[in-house]
Amino acid sequence: MITFMNNSDSEEEPCNERTSLMSAESPPVPSYQDGLQASAAGEAQAHRKRRTGSSRSPNNTVDGETSDSDVPVRESTLENEEEEQILKYGAKHVIMLFVPVTLCMIVVVATIKSVRFYTEKNGQLIYTPFSEDTPSVGQRLLNSVLNTIIMISVIVVMTVFLVLLYKYRCYKFIHGWLILSSLMLLFMFTYIYLGEVLKTYNVAMDYPTLFLVIWNFGAVGMICIHWKGPLQLQQAYLIMISALMALVFIKYLPEWSAWVILGAISIYDLIAVLCPKGPLRMLVETAQERNEPIFPALIYSSAMVWTVGMAKPDAAARGASQQTWDAAEDGRENHRSPSHADSHMSETRSPGQTRPITSLEELGEEERGVKLGLGDFIFYSVLVGKAAATASGDWNTTLACFVAILIGLCLTLLLLAVFKKALPALPISITFGLIFYFSTDNLVRPFMDTLASHQLYI
Amino acid sequence: AFFWLVSLLLSSLIWFIAVKATDPRDEPLQKGLLIFGVMFSVLLQETFRFLYYKLLRKAIEGLVALSEDGCSPISIQQMAYVAGLGFGLMSGAFSMINLLADALGPGTVGIHGDSQLYFLTSAFMTMVLIFLHTFWGILFFHGCEHRRWWEITAVVAMHLAVSGSTFCNPLYVGSLVPSYLLMAAAAAWAYLLSGGSAQNLRRFLLCKS
Repeated sequence: MITFMNNSDSEEEPCNERTSLMSAESPPVPSYQDGLQASAAGEAQAHRKRRTGSSRSPNNTVDGETSDSDVPVRESTLENEEEEQILKYGAKHVIMLFVPVTLCMIVVVATIKSVRFYTEKNGQLIYTPFSEDTPSVGQRLLNSVLNTIIMISVIVVMTVFLVLLYKYRCYKFIHGWLILSSLMLLFMFTYIYLGEVLKTYNVAMDYPTLFLVIWNFGAVGMICIHWKGPLQLQQAYLIMISALMALVFIKYLPEWSAWVILGAISIYDLIAVLCPKGPLRMLVETAQERNEPIFPALIYSSAMVWTVGMAKPDAAARGASQQTWDAAEDGRENHRSPSHADSHMSETRSPGQTRPITSLEELGEEERGVKLGLGDFIFYSVLVGKAAATASGDWNTTLACFVAILIGLCLTLLLLAVFKKALPALPISITFGLIFYFSTDNLVRPFMDTLASHQLYI
Repeated sequence: AFFWLVSLLLSSLIWFIAVKATDPRDEPLQKGLLIFGVMFSVLLQETFRFLYYKLLRKAIEGLVALSEDGCSPISIQQMAYVAGLGFGLMSGAFSMINLLADALGPGTVGIHGDSQLYFLTSAFMTMVLIFLHTFWGILFFHGCEHRRWWEITAVVAMHLAVSGSTFCNPLYVGSLVPSYLLMAAAAAWAYLLSGGSAQNLRRFLLCKS
């Protein structure tokens, strides 16, 4: 199994997706449905795109706002109203993203700390061919930089490839690709993971049971991610596959290469999303032009897609969605628990004037929720996991990196609320994370250790 | 929490530089440096608390300006409480978490002649510090709001006193008892500042509406 992992190259290319927060601006149209069904698994073997999206459309938020605040439909053209909504929902979105990111990190850290397998060095990926077992520091640095260059160029190539495919509407190819990669993730990696966990805790399990469990897990996962399923289940699956991917990265990336790759990827993310000719930006813009959502399976979405029954966007005639929604939102309250908010957060956005709604079909309305690409999850978890695995100061460093990443995410979401377009989610968080990792490991740890040995408190 | 972390980072940077610049074998000097490090860290933490207050003040002004009825959805007292809690939790986590991780493993407490109550007293000390940070947050913000500098200096002095008292460890009576007394005082003070009174307390305890 391990040798297989070493040799398999194309399968090892998990989540090179970059995630950036992106605006869930896709209004409902028939093509959405196509995109929805086509949305493949979160793990693109090719690459991950990261997009951050705030789901605020600056203009057509009338219905969304009103329904969300549960007041009668009114023309909220006031800037103030919008701004206030931004802030209120900004805070909610932050929480809605904190929870999954935290969960993913917890899973990764827990696994790293308990299962020995993921901290043993057992070979490297084919994308990082240079070994780091060299005697001299300079040579090691050089090797890690070369590894990074190779990895980043692979990611760039894959991203560009995906964007080209998307541009030329080769949807089937993309979907097949995504399905294949999620298949591999859900079945093979889970099998390995489960095997290692069982080994660690010395639990005996027979093959039939194991296969049954993995088959069920994988099949339900495929359906949930690629097709339809309860929102929370889909989110849970996306978190799990992100964690699995992060664990693979942590195991197979050599030390220095991992840190350099993290730094390089955040720079790449910045470029790819913000430059006019950046591949991710082109992807987002193309998707928005065509009014399609971008492969929902590659992105973690905190809000659900409601089925809208009526054509008219007024609050009174929203059918099923409104009912469920009202039930959840009694009393105009805006502060709900994240899970509650997750499933009931979707508000139907003000539909465009041209909605070919004929029946009670699912016209997925993207509503206000925030989307974070899965690659973001993965690289955050890689950072925290590496901190947990390699830092000698153990938990302090891990905790510091965790807080740093969350604060970075907060800042990114703030910027998102201000700029209202797709932003890269990696740079700020990873920068904070790296700074805090190195400084905590080298500076804070001796200080805290000395304090603890004398039992002094600051 | 983030602000506390940054203050810890800076203070350990200073300490680290100081340690590296001096002779590691000189015991009294190292102890002195440690004491200096602790005091400096306390001062830095309070500075960062002040900076955080400034940041929150700006945020509240922004919220008030944007809201429709002129008052912000979260009051400065709530923010004070949350800020104090964040500081406290972070400081507690950093103090305790390695201890807890080691406590899971095999070992005997105090086998080299140190106190056997190490874990227990660490736990109590951490708890009192978390509470204290929360109360200090409320007191500090209140002092900043109403421009009462003596409140702020009282908070700083209390923090220095508590940290200083830990120098008595392992003579735990010298550190735990004063800390708990200070905590009770700070608790009462913060309660009164937040609008509580003896009557409120009685009404609450007797479950009157």
